[in-house]
Amino acid sequence: MKLLLLHIVLAAMVVYVYFQYPDPQVPYTALSTTLLFMVLFLLLWLSSYFYRRSYFRKVPKLVYFILFFLKELLIANLRIAYDIMTPNYRLQPTVMAFPLKAQTDLEISILANIIGLTPGTISLDVSEDRKTLYVHTLYLKHGDVEQLKLHIKNGFERMILELTA
Amino acid sequence: MEESIDWVLVKEIISCVFILVGVGFMLIASIGLLRFPDFYIRMSAITKGSTLGVGLIMMGMAIYFNQPGVLLKVLAIIVFTSITAPVAAHVIGRTAVQNRIPFWEKTNLEEFKAYLVKAHLEQLVSHDKYLEEKAKMEKEMGDAAGDNV
Repeated sequence: MKLLLLHIVLAAMVVYVYFQYPDPQVPYTALSTTLLFMVLFLLLWLSSYFYRRSYFRKVPKLVYFILFFLKELLIANLRIAYDIMTPNYRLQPTVMAFPLKAQTDLEISILANIIGLTPGTISLDVSEDRKTLYVHTLYLKHGDVEQLKLHIKNGFERMILELTA
Repeated sequence: MEESIDWVLVKEIISCVFILVGVGFMLIASIGLLRFPDFYIRMSAITKGSTLGVGLIMMGMAIYFNQPGVLLKVLAIIVFTSITAPVAAHVIGRTAVQNRIPFWEKTNLEEFKAYLVKAHLEQLVSHDKYLEEKAKMEKEMGDAAGDNV
């Protein structure tokens, strides 16, 4: 995680310094800056293959995680928007007890945060022994709680555990 | 052919689409805030709607100005809103449970009962407020169905 931050800061600083010189080869716009930053970051990331393998594997996972999260956020919004704009509710609100595999503060808070932004779910509370997370959900496929639990477990929780391990 | 494309116009159209979609999501979320039957469902709708709405509006702004400085600030705004919004929702939801805000009558609370009993919040399960309102409405409608409640 520290290495990721270091690489981001380093790439940003190189981009900044590059634009300080007169007559840069690329135009001073948001798009070209983003591309330049990504090229630099890619080079730094590739260099990490030689000194830290775990970091080398984690960055693609992080990118996939962010894309997956954005997809889920969009789906959540479209679903709720559909329900708001049509006269009848298709809601089946349920409060479920989600068994937590994540144990540290960081993992639980990231998971609770992300549950707060995905399809119709809000985290209500964590039990005192930190083994269950109470989640309020709006949509269940065929009223099946276990399926949703499995979806969160194999989706977000697994990815978070892989990233923070 | 390529010289004839007005890139400024293309940029403006793209940013317009982003901002309009963002505003649309926010509008729909606010309608949901008025329409949904109980506190928890309302909060669920408004958290997601406002996060995505702010994100899309800010992206539209970054595309319109097309400057690195603006892009950096926009990214910071998006990251911080998407970190703080669910935290606020979680805290408000937890406080609502502890202050015995009732759930919608159709809510399935089977797995939550253990927690409620432990925290001495049992009467939350009975949905008194909504059942009373429903009975009153049905009485006003003059239906025989009101007797069942």
